[in-house]
Amino acid sequence: MSCSLVYRVGLSRTVIKSYRNLLRLSDHSSLFSTSTNSSNVDKKDQSKPDIKVTFIKANGQKIVGYGKTNENLLDVVINNHLDIDGFGACEGTLACSTCHLILKKDDFDKLKNKPTDEELDMLDLAFGLTETSRLGCQVYLTKEMDGLEVVVPETINDARTT
Amino acid sequence: MSSFFCKQCLKTMINSFLSVRSNLFSYVPNVTLACKRYIQTIKVGIIGSGPAGFYTAQALLKDSRVLIDIYEKYPVPFGLIRFGVAPDHQSNVINSFTNTALQDRVSFYGNINIGQDVTLNQLLKSYNAVVLCYGATEDRKLNIEGEDLINVLPARRFVGWYNGIPQDSDLNPFLQTEDVVIIGHGNVALDCARILLSPSTDITNHALTALRESKVKRVYLVGRRGPLQVSFTIKELRELTKLPGCDTIVFPEDFKNITAETINELPRPRKRLTELLLSLANEKNLNNNHKRCVLMFCRSPLQIVGDKHGKVSSVNLGVNRLIQQEDGVKTELTDEKEILKCGLFLRSIGYRAVSIDPSIPLNDKTGVISNTNGKVHGFDFGLYCSGWAATGATGVIIGTMNASFEIAEHILKDFGQNEPLLVEKPGATEIIPHLKSKGVKVVTFNDWQRIDELEKNLGSQLGKPREKLVNQKDMIKAVDEEKD
Ligand SMILES: Cc1cc2nc3c(=O)[nH]c(=O)nc-3n(C[C@H](O)[C@H](O)[C@H](O)COP(=O)(O)OP(=O)(O)OC[C@H]3O[C@@H](n4cnc5c(N)ncnc54)[C@H](O)[C@@H]3O)c2cc1C
Ligand SMILES: NC(=O)c1ccc[n+]([C@@H]2O[C@H](COP(=O)([O-])OP(=O)(O)OC[C@H]3O[C@@H](n4cnc5c(N)ncnc54)[C@H](OP(=O)(O)O)[C@@H]3O)[C@@H](O)[C@H]2O)c1
Ligand code: FES
Repeated sequence: MSCSLVYRVGLSRTVIKSYRNLLRLSDHSSLFSTSTNSSNVDKKDQSKPDIKVTFIKANGQKIVGYGKTNENLLDVVINNHLDIDGFGACEGTLACSTCHLILKKDDFDKLKNKPTDEELDMLDLAFGLTETSRLGCQVYLTKEMDGLEVVVPETINDARTT
Repeated sequence: MSSFFCKQCLKTMINSFLSVRSNLFSYVPNVTLACKRYIQTIKVGIIGSGPAGFYTAQALLKDSRVLIDIYEKYPVPFGLIRFGVAPDHQSNVINSFTNTALQDRVSFYGNINIGQDVTLNQLLKSYNAVVLCYGATEDRKLNIEGEDLINVLPARRFVGWYNGIPQDSDLNPFLQTEDVVIIGHGNVALDCARILLSPSTDITNHALTALRESKVKRVYLVGRRGPLQVSFTIKELRELTKLPGCDTIVFPEDFKNITAETINELPRPRKRLTELLLSLANEKNLNNNHKRCVLMFCRSPLQIVGDKHGKVSSVNLGVNRLIQQEDGVKTELTDEKEILKCGLFLRSIGYRAVSIDPSIPLNDKTGVISNTNGKVHGFDFGLYCSGWAATGATGVIIGTMNASFEIAEHILKDFGQNEPLLVEKPGATEIIPHLKSKGVKVVTFNDWQRIDELEKNLGSQLGKPREKLVNQKDMIKAVDEEKD
């Protein structure tokens, strides 16, 4: 699961590079290796991604992505090529907390899938943790979530004099 | 023509042409001036290919002028992701690092020990900027009597042994003992305990073989402060409590001064962690056949005692009292003492950075390069540090990532403010031939991918994700054989 397309398909370096150029991937995109653990591999699911999610970045900028039922918020960020620094570093394997998002209280309460102990354990490492924080890779979309707005918390300013 | 002039310059030229007042010759100097800014490449040398090296590179690449060469001491990349993070904790971050390394503007040069094979001064001459991302490769010492006895080891080397660091692969830790003491309540201590009590099958084969024959039954995790001051995190503790055939033991006495009210008022992460510890203290169903991981609080090692062969046999512990001071909770020794028997003793009290060049200012007390926002003290422009070398050996990968992004932003700002200092530099074109002429075998990222493939193949034969090559010579051989 963790092996990237480079190995799985055995594409040569140059081919990969030209694909990357075509797709205009951002430098740190993890796009090449996410599809296996997200639901978007389901070929039968032909439905259009029509659930709208707005991500509000720390600088106030709003970016919009669309997803389908049973995709999670990390899938939305990746499939829509949303540019959020370092987001989803562990590719949804519940090992990094870089997909930390803050929901409105109402939306948070309405979510059907509640955080597991393992998600809460990982969230405890996130910077700027709030009572309505979730890990994006663990929040699955439903039709009712169309129009959801989530805040991407500012990462901590760790650089200091030592 | 367009390949010589940036958009900005083209615009200036067209505007000048169109302008009635402009005379044909007056715009030329303007354009060259502007172009000087826009067509130049900024060569950055990054020392170390761990998370700090790669995350700093990713953020610096946002400036399209930046070209990056990453130098790594080992023939294999990724630093502590390969050599520190437990094999059962591997996450996918190396996929994103691989994508970065495969970019046109990035080159990886492995098997080059900066400070030995090339001097820092040579690098500073060849690059516009050098970023020290070489981590914290030494361990802290307790500085108590008996630390040099046989079977007293730094946790850092024990980790290196099960994770395949070349220098540690022949460590041969003594496992024919029932009792192991680990000093420190950090995640590294928990990692060591977990591997000792129930080895993940993904560790290097030599370690797995030795651990399968291990007699270890009890691991004592000894911390100098109390349950509210532990440095490990909840995910790692929960994992320890779930080890098959092993009970994690916490003594209720350690909670006698901690009220339910105190726990309730803690920030959420600390509160959940303390609640989990408390639930362990209340656990009554211990299985006598199980191995044990015992968490001991408020104890400082005073002396390590050896037998007549110079091998560790016990440790004398002093019992501490906790004192709340302005800058945190401190310890004070009481008169009470305890003796704990053990045949293996690991100190896991943190890592520190080293100085790889006499000109790098290192804070001896903290084991960190002296810097402000990543800018190394004593260097006006051009030398930076990031990651554990800059922040000290604390924090998980995400912390290193955030700090690296932050430092990269400062570096980019510095480039902006020091345009005149940015002159064309040769980068690796000067360094690599020099190294080759000295007989240093340079390993490229392509070469690493061969090693990677070989390790994965070896692993699949053993039913695990990879079997690491643990010898630098074997790594080089793997590259050379493929080339033949
Ligand atoms: C035992 C252990 C387990 C850990 N487990 C986890 C975990 O499960 N999850 C988590 O999030 N974090 C974990 N961490 C923390 C994580 O590893 C660090 O946050 C991170 O690796 C620090 O990154 P770095 O790049 O600063 O240092 P490093 O990862 O140490 O990288 C430094 C690199 O520089 C190279 N180098 C050193 N000297 C030279 C030289 N002279 N010339 C050239 N290259 C040089 C080194 O070989 C290395 O590749 C763990 C840490 C340890 C010690
Ligand atoms: N799975 C993971 O996510 C993972 C795994 C491994 C490491 N890491 C990270 O890597 C970093 C380093 O880990 P670490 O375990 O090496 O360091 P650490 O978290 O700083 O823990 C060091 C421990 O040693 C104790 N200590 C220090 N000096 C001592 C002394 N002189 N005598 C007795 N005890 C002493 C500290 O106690 P005091 O608090 O009293 O100083 C602390 O309990 C941490 O941030 C850790 O989270 C993460
Ligand atoms: S992507 Fe790492 S925890 Fe969600």
